[in-house]
Amino acid sequence: MRIYPAKPHTVYCYGTCLVDMFDPEAGLDAIHLLELQGLKVIFIEKQTCCGQPAYSSGYTNEAKRVAASQMALFTEPWPVIVLSGSCGGMMHHHYRRMFQGDNIQSHVEQFCDRVFELTEFLVNVCRIKLEDKGDLTSVVMHTSCAARREMNVHVTATQLLNQLCNVALQEHAYESECCGFGGTFAVRHPAISQAMVEDKTHHLLETKSVALVSADWGCLLNINGALEYQGQSMKGRHLASFLLERIGGK
Amino acid sequence: MSHSSAGPEHFHAQARSALGDPQLRQNFRGAMDYLQDKRKSAFFDPVEEAQLRDLSAAIRQRCLSKLPQLLEQLEANCTRNGIEVHWAENDKEANDIIASIAQRHNAKSIVKGKSMVSEEIELNHEMAKLGIECLESDMGEYIVQLDGDKPSHIIMPAIHKNKQEVSDTFALHLDDFEPTVDVDELIQTGRSHLRQKFHDADIGLSGVNFAVAETGTLCLVENEGNGRMCTTVPKVHIAITGIEKVVEFLADVPPLFNVLTRSATGQAVTTYFNMISSPRKNGELDGPLEVHLVLLDNGRSQAYQDEEMRKTLQCIRCGACMNHCPVYTRVGGHAYGTVYPGPIGQIISPHIMGLEKTKDLVTASSLCGACGEVCPVRIPIPEMLQRLRTHAKNPPKADIMPLKGQASGASTLESWVMKGFVLAATSPKIYHSATWSLSKLNAFMPNHIGPWTQCRTSPKPADKTLHQLIKIRHKKKSDKP
Ligand code: SF4
Repeated sequence: MRIYPAKPHTVYCYGTCLVDMFDPEAGLDAIHLLELQGLKVIFIEKQTCCGQPAYSSGYTNEAKRVAASQMALFTEPWPVIVLSGSCGGMMHHHYRRMFQGDNIQSHVEQFCDRVFELTEFLVNVCRIKLEDKGDLTSVVMHTSCAARREMNVHVTATQLLNQLCNVALQEHAYESECCGFGGTFAVRHPAISQAMVEDKTHHLLETKSVALVSADWGCLLNINGALEYQGQSMKGRHLASFLLERIGGK
Repeated sequence: MSHSSAGPEHFHAQARSALGDPQLRQNFRGAMDYLQDKRKSAFFDPVEEAQLRDLSAAIRQRCLSKLPQLLEQLEANCTRNGIEVHWAENDKEANDIIASIAQRHNAKSIVKGKSMVSEEIELNHEMAKLGIECLESDMGEYIVQLDGDKPSHIIMPAIHKNKQEVSDTFALHLDDFEPTVDVDELIQTGRSHLRQKFHDADIGLSGVNFAVAETGTLCLVENEGNGRMCTTVPKVHIAITGIEKVVEFLADVPPLFNVLTRSATGQAVTTYFNMISSPRKNGELDGPLEVHLVLLDNGRSQAYQDEEMRKTLQCIRCGACMNHCPVYTRVGGHAYGTVYPGPIGQIISPHIMGLEKTKDLVTASSLCGACGEVCPVRIPIPEMLQRLRTHAKNPPKADIMPLKGQASGASTLESWVMKGFVLAATSPKIYHSATWSLSKLNAFMPNHIGPWTQCRTSPKPADKTLHQLIKIRHKKKSDKP
C-alpha cells in the first residue's frame, strides 16, 4: 500500500506524448481540475515521452536515456502528476527497476516516489469532492492494465465516477481484461491484438452506455480506432475531460 | 482434428490459424472462464491469499537459493532409500537413460502418468524408435495421444476439445465405443481401455511435483488414480523431473500443495497425493521392485545462473497464468509450439530452446500483468518477459552470462527506429518539431498504416499539441490586464 503525502501547493503535470499529440484538450482539462483543487500546476515545456515504447520492446539502454532526460526536468520536490496509468507505472515502477544498482539509484527512487497518476492523486492526496452538475447519463470505463495492476488506479478512477450522482457507472464483461494495445504488441502481433480489441469493444458496447471514459490514452487510441472502424457512435474520452464537464468547469 | 504445431518459430502463423477457428476459440474461452471462476472461489479471502502466496514464494526462493546442495542431498537420501538417481544434462541424455533402463528389463511397453517433462524430451517419440510403446494414462493425455496430438495445457492437456470432440475421437479410435457426450460415460470408456494396460506394462513412468531433499521422497499430485497405478503396478517405476522441483523440507510441501491445487483447478486438495519413498520392501505386497529418478537440466541451470531469471524456476506448474492470459485464451496452447505454453512457457522456453527459436514468443504479450497477478509463487512474469526481450535485442554484457540465442532478435531497422525515438524523446526541439508536423499533417494522414488499420482507423493527431495549447494559454493569461 502506498502512503500518500499531504496536499502540496504546487505540482508538475506530465502530459504524456499521446495526450500531447492526440488529445491535448484532455491535458488542459486535467490541469484545470488540479487548479480547481487550489494547486499551482507547472507544465515543463521540455517534457516529451516517458520512454515506455523502448522499454517494453527490450531497448532498456535507450529507455534509460530517455528516462534520465525526463527526470532531469523536474528539479523541485513537487509531485509529478501523470495523465496516463501506464506512463505512471513506467515512471513510478519501471524507472526504479531500470536504474537498480546504478550510482544514481537513490536519486531515481526519490523521483519515482513523487510520481502519481492523475486519479490516484485527486482521490488520495487532494481528497477531491465532485459536485455533479450534469444530466442523468450512463458511462462505462476502461482502465489500462498497467494502471490497474501496477498503480491500483482502477479503484480511484471508479471512486471519482461514483462521486457523480447523476452518472450511472456500468460494468462491462471481462472488465479487467486487456484491450490488446500493449504498445508495440498491437503492431508485432496484429492478429491477436485485433481479437482482443474486438472483444473489448463488443463488451463495452454491450453495456449500451452513453459514454466511454478512460484515463489512459494508449488504450483509447486502440479502442477508439476500433470503434470508429466498426462505425460505432461510441467514442472514448479522457476521464479528466469528462469529470471537468460534469462539474461545470467547461 | 489434430492441431499440428511446427514449433515456436511459426508462432505467428499458428496463432493466426487458431484465431480463425471459432470452435477452438469458444472451447478455450469457455474453459478459461470456468477455471478463472474456480480459482476465484478457492481464494475467497484476499488476505489469506496474499499470505499464502508470500509464503509459497518464500519457500521456493529459499529452496532455489540452495539448489545445488539440495539436489545433492536429494540424491543422497533417495539413494539411501533405494531409489536410483540419474542426471541428465539434456533431452538426449534423459532418453538414453530411460532407454537403457528399459532395455535392461527387455521392456516393450511403458505406461505413463502425466509428465510434462516427458513431453519436453519427446519420450514417446524416442522410445517408439526403439520399439518401446508408451501409453498415456492421464485421461486428457490419453485423448490427445489417440489424436496423435500434443497437450495444449499443462494441467488439462485436452482442454482444447469439448465433449462432442472427445466423443468423435473415441468413435474414431476405439472399436466398441457407443457414441455419447455423457462425460461420465466417456471417462468410464477411457478407464476401461486403460485397465489392462496398467497390468501389462513393463514400466510405469511419472513426473514429480515435489522432490523432498530432507527425506528423499517424491510427491505426485493427481486426481485420477492413474498416477498411483503407474507407480505401483509395473515392476519398474521411472520418475522424471526438472531439477528445479526439489524442496528442502517435507514441511515445505503442504503450503505449496495448497496453492497448487487452488490455483490450478480451484480444489482444496486433489483426490490423490502420492508420496514415494522407496521401491517395494521385503514383505510388502505391492509397489515396484525398482524406482529410478531422472533429474533433467535442459536449460534450467541457465535460468539459475542469473538471480533475477532464477525466479522463473519458482514455478510449480499450476497453469493459472495460462488460464488468465488474454493471449493464451484466444490462441490456445498449440499456437505457441512449445511444451509449456502461455506465460510460463514464454519465460521458460527461451532457456530450454534458446532465444533464436522463441524470440516471437517473448513479444507475444501485451504485458498486461494478468499472469503475475495470479501466480501463486509470485513470479513477476511481465518483468521476466521484458528482460528476455532485452536479451533478444542486445549482445551479452561482459559481466552477465550470455543466454542461448542472445541478440538473435536484433534488427538493424528497428534499432535505427529506436535511435530516432531516443533522439526525439531526449531533445525537446526535435520532439516538438516532430509532433508539430504531425499535427499539421493531420489531414494528410494515410488511411492505412500497416497492420494497425486492419481493424482500426488510423489515429488522427489533434490540430495543436498540448505544448502549443499551453503556450497559448500562458499568453492569454499574461495578456490579461
Ligand atoms: S508461472 Fe506461476 S501461475 Fe504460471 S504455472 Fe508457474 S506457478 Fe503457476
